[in-house]
Amino acid sequence: MKASPYLVLALVLAVCFALATGIEPRASMWSDRAKSNNVFSLLFGDGRRLFANQFFTMADVYFHSGYYPSVFDLREEDQKEIVAESHGHTDSPEDEIKEDFLGKPKDWIDRFGRHFRITEHTHLEHGNEREILPWLRLAADMDPQKIETYTVGSYFMRTRLNQPREAETFLREGLRNNPNSYEILLELGRLYDENDHDTGRARGVWQLALHKWAKNPEAVKDDKLAFEEITDHLAQLEREAGNWQQAINWFQAAQKVSPNPNALQQRIDEIKKKMAAQPNAPAAAPH
Amino acid sequence: MNTIWALAGVVIKELYRRKDFYVLFVLTALITIAAGMVNFFNDPKIVRYVKDICMLLIWVSTLLIAIVTTARQIPAECESRTIFPLLAKPVTRWQFILGKFLGCWLATGIALVVFYSFFAIITGSREQQWPWLTYLQAIWLQWAMLAVVIALSLCGSIFAAAPSSTTTICFIAVAGILLVGGHLNTVALHQSQPLQTIFYTIYFLIPHLEWFDIRDRVVYDWGRLNWLDCALATFYAAAYTGLFLLLTWLGFRRKSLNT
Repeated sequence: MKASPYLVLALVLAVCFALATGIEPRASMWSDRAKSNNVFSLLFGDGRRLFANQFFTMADVYFHSGYYPSVFDLREEDQKEIVAESHGHTDSPEDEIKEDFLGKPKDWIDRFGRHFRITEHTHLEHGNEREILPWLRLAADMDPQKIETYTVGSYFMRTRLNQPREAETFLREGLRNNPNSYEILLELGRLYDENDHDTGRARGVWQLALHKWAKNPEAVKDDKLAFEEITDHLAQLEREAGNWQQAINWFQAAQKVSPNPNALQQRIDEIKKKMAAQPNAPAAAPH
Repeated sequence: MNTIWALAGVVIKELYRRKDFYVLFVLTALITIAAGMVNFFNDPKIVRYVKDICMLLIWVSTLLIAIVTTARQIPAECESRTIFPLLAKPVTRWQFILGKFLGCWLATGIALVVFYSFFAIITGSREQQWPWLTYLQAIWLQWAMLAVVIALSLCGSIFAAAPSSTTTICFIAVAGILLVGGHLNTVALHQSQPLQTIFYTIYFLIPHLEWFDIRDRVVYDWGRLNWLDCALATFYAAAYTGLFLLLTWLGFRRKSLNT
């Protein structure tokens, strides 16, 4: 008996279809990759994390409008300036000298070549900071566990670009990917406090940040700065709300880890003076 | 001179008959448009990444066109034996080389104008500004750089066994110069002898093609260069182009044309 090729083809197709319906539900459980709705995760798997740091660096390159050391140039400090900027650091003249990675021209080729290169250290301003956002978006897509990407992106969106809602969405995405991140909660609290002036939400978020920080042994050991920042923010918030005793308690907590406890002591003394001037001031214990 | 122009005309016709240019242009356009359509944090004013991607694609595409087109010119003429009737006419070998060089250089120039027109339209439509003089300098310097690359490829095609090997070697050399060339002096400083001398010798011998790459100035809106610097860079490119063409002629003069 000679089978028709069309019949064989139909049979093969039917077998393929039956196998596919049987295997597909199991195959989706073999790897998390297929479940991902992120195109990079689908394409590169965990290998995408290798690119994330490069994209984060690109954001820093854009922040400097191209003035950036190559792998051949030695640079003393390794911290990205977009990160430093998001922690409120501004360049001093000493920093500017330190960041002049080009130095003096070494020969005539180097000297003439600099006429074509970017040799001026500048930072983006006047809303042009938006240009770093695509790279931060890509870095977040590549490595959703890189927390700095969310905090830096949010800082620039809420302080420089007047986009607090986009910043909040970005932070919420970061929080979904990193539910125990006290850094993201700290930044979210800043957004509620400084942009939305919603002290209640800010207080709640910072207290949660403090809780997450305390539950993280590595952070307790190495990231005292975060504790200081959170307690300092809480103290300022309580001071503004007139809860002076609570503010004093938070400032005292910050004092324990602060590199500059005298400045905090001055603030405590100022509050105590105010309390002395107003004998009926509220004196509640901190949460 | 008419002979040289006639030879150059044939090369230009070859460029628009072949599919290389169209494929690369369509790819560049598609990738740029796709990148431009991505929405980042609901901010439609973000543009520099699009400029960056488009400029990178333009550089890669024009380098591809220049090297691939040039590398096959002389071997193709030898293989199809059309070189014999050509040289039997009153066409000297020097004219032949100059004609081929001019044709490839003009062809890449045409490609550059098309690519940069697209770039100007895309970025101008988002930024609402057209810094024509900066674009003109970028095109001119890139074209000058491509003259060196074309002369180098032509020279390579005389000595290499096949167009594919010329293409590969030229690509590695050009990419190496563009990426590392300007840093060889820094690398040399950290080496012991005799490596230091070797690195310095290479540094002073190679054409510094990285000078001609002013993409950062265009992407980050740094404005145009000093015209005197442009002119000096052009003379520098002309010197290296002349040197490579001379080497090509010296090699071609004694080359057996029977494959």
